[in-house]
Amino acid sequence: MSYDSIIIGAGLSGLAAGIRLAYFGKSVCILEKHTTIGGLNSFYRLRGRNHDVGLHAITNYSPPGGKRGPLNKILRQLRFQWEDFDLSPQCGSSVVFPGHTLRFNNQFDYFEAQIAEQFPQQMDGFRRLVSEIDTHNIGDLGQTWISARERMAAHISDPLLINMLLCPLMFYGSPTEHDMDFNQFVIMFRSIYQEGFARPYKGVRLILKNLVRKFKSLGGELKLRAGVKELITDGNHVSGVMLDDGQILEAKNVLSSAGSAETLQMCGTEVPHDDRFTPGEISFVETISVLDQQPKEFGHDETIVFYNDSEDFSYEQSKEPCDIRSGIICSPNNFEYEQPLEDASIRITALANPQYWMNLSEEKYIAEKKYWYEQILESSMRFIPDFRPHVIDVDTFTPRTIKKFTGHINGCVYGAPQKILDGTTPFNNLFLCGTDQGFLGIIGSMLSGISIANLHLLNPK
Amino acid sequence: MAPEQIRLVILDILARIAPDEDLSELDDSVPFREQMELDSMDFLDIVMELRKLYRVQIPEEDYGELGTMDSTVTYLTPLLKDAESTV
Repeated sequence: MSYDSIIIGAGLSGLAAGIRLAYFGKSVCILEKHTTIGGLNSFYRLRGRNHDVGLHAITNYSPPGGKRGPLNKILRQLRFQWEDFDLSPQCGSSVVFPGHTLRFNNQFDYFEAQIAEQFPQQMDGFRRLVSEIDTHNIGDLGQTWISARERMAAHISDPLLINMLLCPLMFYGSPTEHDMDFNQFVIMFRSIYQEGFARPYKGVRLILKNLVRKFKSLGGELKLRAGVKELITDGNHVSGVMLDDGQILEAKNVLSSAGSAETLQMCGTEVPHDDRFTPGEISFVETISVLDQQPKEFGHDETIVFYNDSEDFSYEQSKEPCDIRSGIICSPNNFEYEQPLEDASIRITALANPQYWMNLSEEKYIAEKKYWYEQILESSMRFIPDFRPHVIDVDTFTPRTIKKFTGHINGCVYGAPQKILDGTTPFNNLFLCGTDQGFLGIIGSMLSGISIANLHLLNPK
Repeated sequence: MAPEQIRLVILDILARIAPDEDLSELDDSVPFREQMELDSMDFLDIVMELRKLYRVQIPEEDYGELGTMDSTVTYLTPLLKDAESTV
């Protein structure tokens, strides 16, 4: 078989790219190694209940009727209506450090007022930082790494406020330890604080299923259980792919969401070394506790709580199996739905050590998942009413789970530290989209697929 | 196509790109950018939709002609004079 384009990975970025290409008449085939779609943002059913994999919340919220921002951009590019994503806004979230709680919702002036109240001396600096964020051009594909901490410190003198502002942004998107690239920081700041959180009533599966439906209706082909064993290369050109079962598919170009290092690995051993194609090392353990009542009933009505138990914030690969000093508490129930979700759950996420989890024997792995589930919950009880008596089912996933289902080295969630913003590789018709390209989150990953498809596959210069 | 038909074609394309937009109030003399907040990605889509529907090629240096409905219709009239409307 021969296609105009082959896309590796049926996650949000690959599906969005596929829709663009199919819409404009290209023959396109999406190859997915796993038995289902979604990649890093997938979904599953366990013991009769639906769960999302990566999704806590969709960032970049824009209310109906909006025209600006990434959400509206992708709706237009993919020819969707606002209703197709069925977004309900958050109830309100917070960042909790010792002695300070900063609350935020989808109205940025509320967050500004919180900062004015708790860090009055920093307010002028905060406004200057926001104006730098507002004028920053995230679309400049040629920019290089700038330290977000340095840019923040130029305006804000209190390290506690810097850490509190960074905490949610790092947890929801930083592939690097301790600091962020300023461009990534701006993307995350806008998407979380200035635009905000929302969730479809049915979770990420609604969006994924709408993407697949549209892709197929436009004539696109989707192959599940179709892992790519090898990209077939000839000099600096890719002629197609060989699947795990030996089948060969040809294409004029290939777009990969498998990750930058992961994609180059598929090209064989003769690829010259390039530091930019180094896999990330940040991953997480996530616990899902299914409850016998809605979180509101035991007094927890916040959507997401980002917590850290000291003034210093160590965003780094955990030295312990899990870093329980900080974490994220998310309740999928606490969004402004028209009716409550049928199932109640609390998800708590903590930084983890990928190598530890990869190397355990199966027996020890199961025991350690149980042990660290309990440790993570124990630690989080400082920031949420004790819900443990209400737990009726548990699932925990680790870097090992993420590696198994997505193929990302280290079970890495936010991709490589070095983003390949223009999506190019050492091969002239092989391009990257997804977490290693540079846009993050649910909306960001779709924007990534769209941008790279537009730039290289639909309108090549 | 006559200019009135070209206007309908453009309206149809705008409705595809921004299905949530109320186009009945569109002012033909005011830039799309101002009325609908269209950005460069959206303009490229208008160009690509025209290419897909009518095989008309619009060179990049002419994208500025697509600023308003009036200027778009004027620009497209000679290019689409032999085309059959699809709307």
